[in-house]
Amino acid sequence: MTAALFAEQVLNGLQLGVMLFLMAAGLTLVFGIMNLINLAHGSLYMMGAYLTATFQQATGSFFLGLLLALPATAVVAMLVELVALRQLYDRDHLDQVLATFGLILFFNELTRIIWGPSAYFLDVPEVLSGTVEVLPGIPYPAFRLAILLAGLAVAAFLFFLIARTRLGMLIRAGASNREMVSALGVDIRLLYTLVFGLGAALAALAGGMAGPILAVQVGMGESILILTFVVIVIGGIGSVHGALVAALLVGLVDTFGSVLLPAAAAEMAIYLLMALILVWRPSGLFPVNA
Amino acid sequence: MNPSQPLLSVRGIVKRYGGLAASDGVDLDVATGEIHSIIGPNGAGKTTLVGQLSGEIRPDAGQILFDGRDITTVPTYRRSALGLARSFQVTSIFPRLTVLENVALAVQAHAGHSFVFWRPAAEEERLREPAREALARTGLERHASSIAATLAHGEQRRLEVAMAIATEPRLVLLDEPTAGMGPEETRQMVDLLHDLRRDTTILLVEHDMDVVFALSDRISVLVYGRVIATGSPEAIRANADVRDAYLGEEYADG
Amino acid sequence: MPKITPGTLGAVAAVALLLALPPILDLVGAPFYVDVATRIAIFAIAAVALDLVLGYGGMVSFGHAAFIGVGAYTVGILSTHASNGTLLFDGALPIGGTHSALIAWPLAVLASALVAFFIGLVSLRTRGVYFIMITLAFAQMIYFFFVSLETYGGDDGLSLWERSSLLGLDLYDSTVFYYLVIFILIAVLVFCRRLVGARFGRVIVGARENERRMNAIGFPTYRYKLVCFTISGAIAGLAGALLANQTEFVSPSLLHWTRSGELIVMVVLGGMGTLLGPVVGAIFFLLLEDVLSELTQHWMIIFGPLLILVVLFANRGLLGLLRRGTGNDTR
Repeated sequence: MTAALFAEQVLNGLQLGVMLFLMAAGLTLVFGIMNLINLAHGSLYMMGAYLTATFQQATGSFFLGLLLALPATAVVAMLVELVALRQLYDRDHLDQVLATFGLILFFNELTRIIWGPSAYFLDVPEVLSGTVEVLPGIPYPAFRLAILLAGLAVAAFLFFLIARTRLGMLIRAGASNREMVSALGVDIRLLYTLVFGLGAALAALAGGMAGPILAVQVGMGESILILTFVVIVIGGIGSVHGALVAALLVGLVDTFGSVLLPAAAAEMAIYLLMALILVWRPSGLFPVNA
Repeated sequence: MNPSQPLLSVRGIVKRYGGLAASDGVDLDVATGEIHSIIGPNGAGKTTLVGQLSGEIRPDAGQILFDGRDITTVPTYRRSALGLARSFQVTSIFPRLTVLENVALAVQAHAGHSFVFWRPAAEEERLREPAREALARTGLERHASSIAATLAHGEQRRLEVAMAIATEPRLVLLDEPTAGMGPEETRQMVDLLHDLRRDTTILLVEHDMDVVFALSDRISVLVYGRVIATGSPEAIRANADVRDAYLGEEYADG
Repeated sequence: MPKITPGTLGAVAAVALLLALPPILDLVGAPFYVDVATRIAIFAIAAVALDLVLGYGGMVSFGHAAFIGVGAYTVGILSTHASNGTLLFDGALPIGGTHSALIAWPLAVLASALVAFFIGLVSLRTRGVYFIMITLAFAQMIYFFFVSLETYGGDDGLSLWERSSLLGLDLYDSTVFYYLVIFILIAVLVFCRRLVGARFGRVIVGARENERRMNAIGFPTYRYKLVCFTISGAIAGLAGALLANQTEFVSPSLLHWTRSGELIVMVVLGGMGTLLGPVVGAIFFLLLEDVLSELTQHWMIIFGPLLILVVLFANRGLLGLLRRGTGNDTR
């Protein structure tokens, strides 16, 4: 492998990593705070991608489309939370799995009805269609670089939000002590809805940004959902910084696996990575309740 | 077995959580045949000690010897096989099984392996007979076919004990067997433990001082993760350190 | 030894109905429903297998489709090699394919048992939501493995040139194949019935109810759960072998993760921790799928919310609803 190819693969791996982080952050927050395992998180990713496509067609701008898709997806998600998921917080995980499995079936079919069965392919926005010379002699697609930077910016924002703001404090407190948050006079149900909306917006961001590099199609949410599960399991459920580390790790292993290994082994690489880490640390790299 | 050798011997076990030492060099000897109680104020490290004795928590340092054998790193299930049984502070039974099934499971754990796929366990007298005996012993025989969850609290506590003794253990570790009980239920438990001492050694972790002083041959006092005194009930009562650290305030309250 | 109870009578009646189904369908002029019934019975076998870990063992496996797939592919791959006369393994000990059920089906069971064993080995070190995610992830790994297996059709799958041959039976005859599947379903049910009542089953149920207590009274529960998971995978593999024969086609879609979800739905819908529950659940689910997809191609838009409603309001399953009044509940 040449140095140029190596650098390109590193960037590809990191770019996949930040996408996975955007998914994992929302999922792990929802699990850590509401104790909910939400299989339909992938549907929100898909929703984000489709809405970005639609809004892009309507406005003629990818960025405007993405910007509109985030709140739209968040609103849909918060409605779902209000109507259905709220009832599930105190249920066991099996009930949650079943109900959110039902949600996936619903969303997939709804998408098929609204947008039809065939896939959409979004164009890379004009300004980002070229390449950037990241290192001398190593060009890299500008759009992918933008995804990477956007993802890192969101990660920084998220850490700031959780560590420094009042909402973040409530999130941290909510994860450890529901009664205490209620006693502070905060409407915990509202907090839950907001957190769910935040997670949905992150998923929509990932989905929207994936639009120009992947096919926007029904079922796109599920393959990334399962990868996200791998990330969360490796990172430790409920840990946001565990999610970041694991997401980048999985991104890199998956990318290099598909370059270096034969097809069958490449597909299995990250799962074997997960197995190895679990044998070593059954609660992930950064267990929350150590 | 060497009669002068303690059945259970704890040598300087240490368990730290962050900066806090929940066990800070605990030493303890339990002699064969005795009822040995561990008392101590809240936060003294009793729960951590029980966890380490039963194998659920691994000590950072120190040794636990059972009948002269080092069991410090032996997993929970194997300690049970060696003859170290326990009950739980918070009732821990199989709530949706019958009372007899609860105890029969405990017997089953010690009656050969359980990779038996065809023969009904309910027809194995080898499991049911000792289970019935344990129920008779604990006064639960008339509840044998009740679902365990439907028992009164005191009865569930006795079921805990029945499960512990059904395996004919050499040492029973009882974690606050009278927790949450009324006076009548407590009296029944005291009678039961009195009866048990005929065939097994008992290590009793208990809050109720009346129970402790009524039953114990020896008492160890745990304070801040260390045993500060061990002796007969009279000696413990007379010990000034113990009074300062613990008994004085306790008796002043009650 | 067997006592006459309402349960025994019910079982006898159910078996009688199953045996009488093909002639009845013939009489009412709908013989093609025999194939539907066979398919349902095959999925019932898989659902019973899942219930062993899910209902009795309390282990929420979201990866059981993988075991069905491994079983199906084993039969498919052996059949392909037998048909085109190529070797499965070359070398010092060359191994060819086979159409013989007596060889292929046990191998299918063995292969899926092995896969289940290794997945269980890692997954069972964790619990709760980790276990759900990990079984899902490993099943996805197996899925991608078959997708990338270009030799055997990759994404497009693999057509069987022939059904397995078994003791001179005509497995192409729908009715014969139906009776064979029903025989296997009953055998699986009887085996599981004995298993859950035997020592092994008591340990599995005990671990579901209170694993900490099980450890304290002396059970190395991990081992027992691993064996349970392996047995369950093996039975699911048998269902896979049957499914490959019925459809004469295997593809990665057999292992798609939604299949695992559907199996869970069958078990929960019918009633977890009972043996008839998964059978009832499989019948109900697959018939409902049939009925709803007759109504509209977008049947999932009805089924999805329906599933949510069931979870929210009737989570004891259909058998649970039926039994609620009688108190005849084994859970």
